Amino acid sequence: MTDALIKKIARLAEGKGELRFMEVCGTHTVAIFRSGIRQILPANVELVSGPGCPVCVTGDEYIDKAIAYAQRGFIVATFGDMLKVPGSRSSLAQAQAEGADVRIVYSPLDSIRLAQENPRRRVIFLAVGFETTAPTAAATVLAAKAQGVTNLFMLSAQKLVPPALRFLLNDATTKVDGFLLPGHVAVVIGADAFSFLATEFKVPSAIGGFESEEILLALTSLLEQLDGGEVEVANDYRAVVKAEGNVAAQRILSQVYEVADVEWRGMGIIPASGLKMREEFAAFDIERVEPAQIEHVGKKTACRCGEVLRGVVKPAECPLFGKACTPLHAVGACMVSVEGVCAAWYKYGGNNFKW
Amino acid sequence: MVNKILMAHGAGGKLSAELLREVILPAFGNPILNELHDGAKIGRLAMTTDSYVVRPIFFRGGDIGKLSICGTVNDLAVTGAVPKYISVGAILEEGFDFDALKRIVNSMSAAAREAGVQIVTGDTKVVGRGQADGIFINTAGVGELIDGVDISAKKICAGMKILVSGTLGDHAVAILARRHGLELPENIKSDCAPLNGLIHDMLAVEPRIAMLRDATRGGLAAVLNEIAQAANVGILIDEAKIPVREEVRGACDILGFDVLELANEGKIVAVVPAESADKILAVMRGNVYGVDAAEIGEVVTNSAGKVGLRTPLGSVRIVDMPAGELVPRIC
Repeated sequence: MTDALIKKIARLAEGKGELRFMEVCGTHTVAIFRSGIRQILPANVELVSGPGCPVCVTGDEYIDKAIAYAQRGFIVATFGDMLKVPGSRSSLAQAQAEGADVRIVYSPLDSIRLAQENPRRRVIFLAVGFETTAPTAAATVLAAKAQGVTNLFMLSAQKLVPPALRFLLNDATTKVDGFLLPGHVAVVIGADAFSFLATEFKVPSAIGGFESEEILLALTSLLEQLDGGEVEVANDYRAVVKAEGNVAAQRILSQVYEVADVEWRGMGIIPASGLKMREEFAAFDIERVEPAQIEHVGKKTACRCGEVLRGVVKPAECPLFGKACTPLHAVGACMVSVEGVCAAWYKYGGNNFKW
Repeated sequence: MVNKILMAHGAGGKLSAELLREVILPAFGNPILNELHDGAKIGRLAMTTDSYVVRPIFFRGGDIGKLSICGTVNDLAVTGAVPKYISVGAILEEGFDFDALKRIVNSMSAAAREAGVQIVTGDTKVVGRGQADGIFINTAGVGELIDGVDISAKKICAGMKILVSGTLGDHAVAILARRHGLELPENIKSDCAPLNGLIHDMLAVEPRIAMLRDATRGGLAAVLNEIAQAANVGILIDEAKIPVREEVRGACDILGFDVLELANEGKIVAVVPAESADKILAVMRGNVYGVDAAEIGEVVTNSAGKVGLRTPLGSVRIVDMPAGELVPRIC
């Protein structure tokens, strides 16, 4: 099956000129590197990584706020990959070493337990992520409310994938011939949520799973669409992705959140691209309960994270990549998270890796 | 450069290496220490020490006591020595449960008996509540180097085979599951075990084994990178041949971990002459701690200092040194 797909990809790509497909999701970026897919693709098919790593697209200011709350005595509960993300002057890992109480959790729901175990402290969960993790964050808020937990809060920076893709397609600097769409996000929002790619922009796209064969299948779909096929949102993750998505998860989401304009690293404020807690849950929104006072620091660096996230440049084209900026001493957020574009390119040697 | 110790400094990855290079070696460096093997060789003796801070203290497949004996026994065994004597230093937090302490001590005693080592000296300190986390244990060990055996990176050459003694990631996943309330099937437990018997059997059939390492912090990825760099050779492994339990693979997918980077407490990596690989594997599979042993790759001449992994698609991707903290307080 895999061999057949590799051959089919080679045949479909032949004579098509340079093709640039964007894998939107950080999990795909890592899966592609881990399975060595780049090395077996035809020379004219290039995969560029997109804005689908939540840590990467979260701005410096958010980290600054999290640190400010931690320093003020809050317990900050977070997924592990936020720890090393540099804010404008420090990171949560450094704040932790200096005495701040930062706890790693694997699910937002763990933060309820944390709040219950520390009734005299106030706990903040760093609700960062896309449509995949937002429903669990929403469920956490609902559960906290139902259980009368009053010392748990969210510092929210939830983002939505489709508006970011729309932004990229409207951005003249981004050139993409097709999107490998994130399977996990599509499970929640449904394949239909991406149909604007075909109807409005006539851009091929395919929803893919994360096994190498599933990724190859999705790439085949993209090439078929470019080979005279109908431009559509191919659902190559049919076992789990439905046209309408997970309606129950969507219901929980809209119960707690409403759509809002939010800021993305490298892309600025994108209209209706994020989630904000509804007024009735304001008591769980730390920024409404007790806004953080942070200094605005204009960080000057040669870091090209923004362009990397838009697929405009590849990580190696940033002057800092692999020199001043490595996973050990990251300058930009993209070098920090396991799923960060630059971190993955650094770890797996990018395009230049030759064994 | 950060000016405080971060959790990642203790995680066996790049920051640990940096700490060693910039602080420890400039102060203490000497020809014996500079070998940077799991144990030091002094004449015909081998010596090692390790501290144990694992949390939770009790986990499926073991506890901090068993770990503290097995870890030190294994560090001696992979040096090519027969472990003999162990010292134990315990730091207890005021208020620590007496019954828990007895359980830990009994488990140390059982592990020492199985490994054939004697606990010959020790120390106990108690610190105030909140000044430690229950119990920390330090053990040191002394062993006798086996005649005719020379475990050294200098002995590694192209064509040698890479063996592992069983499934990877079990210890780390068992600890993580216990910590985070993940439900895992019964057979997923820490692999914590004394491996001196297994290693003894291996060296008996092939004393020319070039390198032995226990794949603890940083997992297979860290150990192979260290070997490749120390011997200045390339190492190419085959993903399909690496033994990993299905449930462990699943847990890694959920938690976002690379199984190659996860800690093991009962697995060794061996670099052996190609012609005796099958013979050694047969001996390993006959030992209770090597049932799932497998040959996973070989030493190659190209890409010196690097580790490559052949994926099921047939392409080769790099296996980098783990950068930092994956799972704190894993051992």
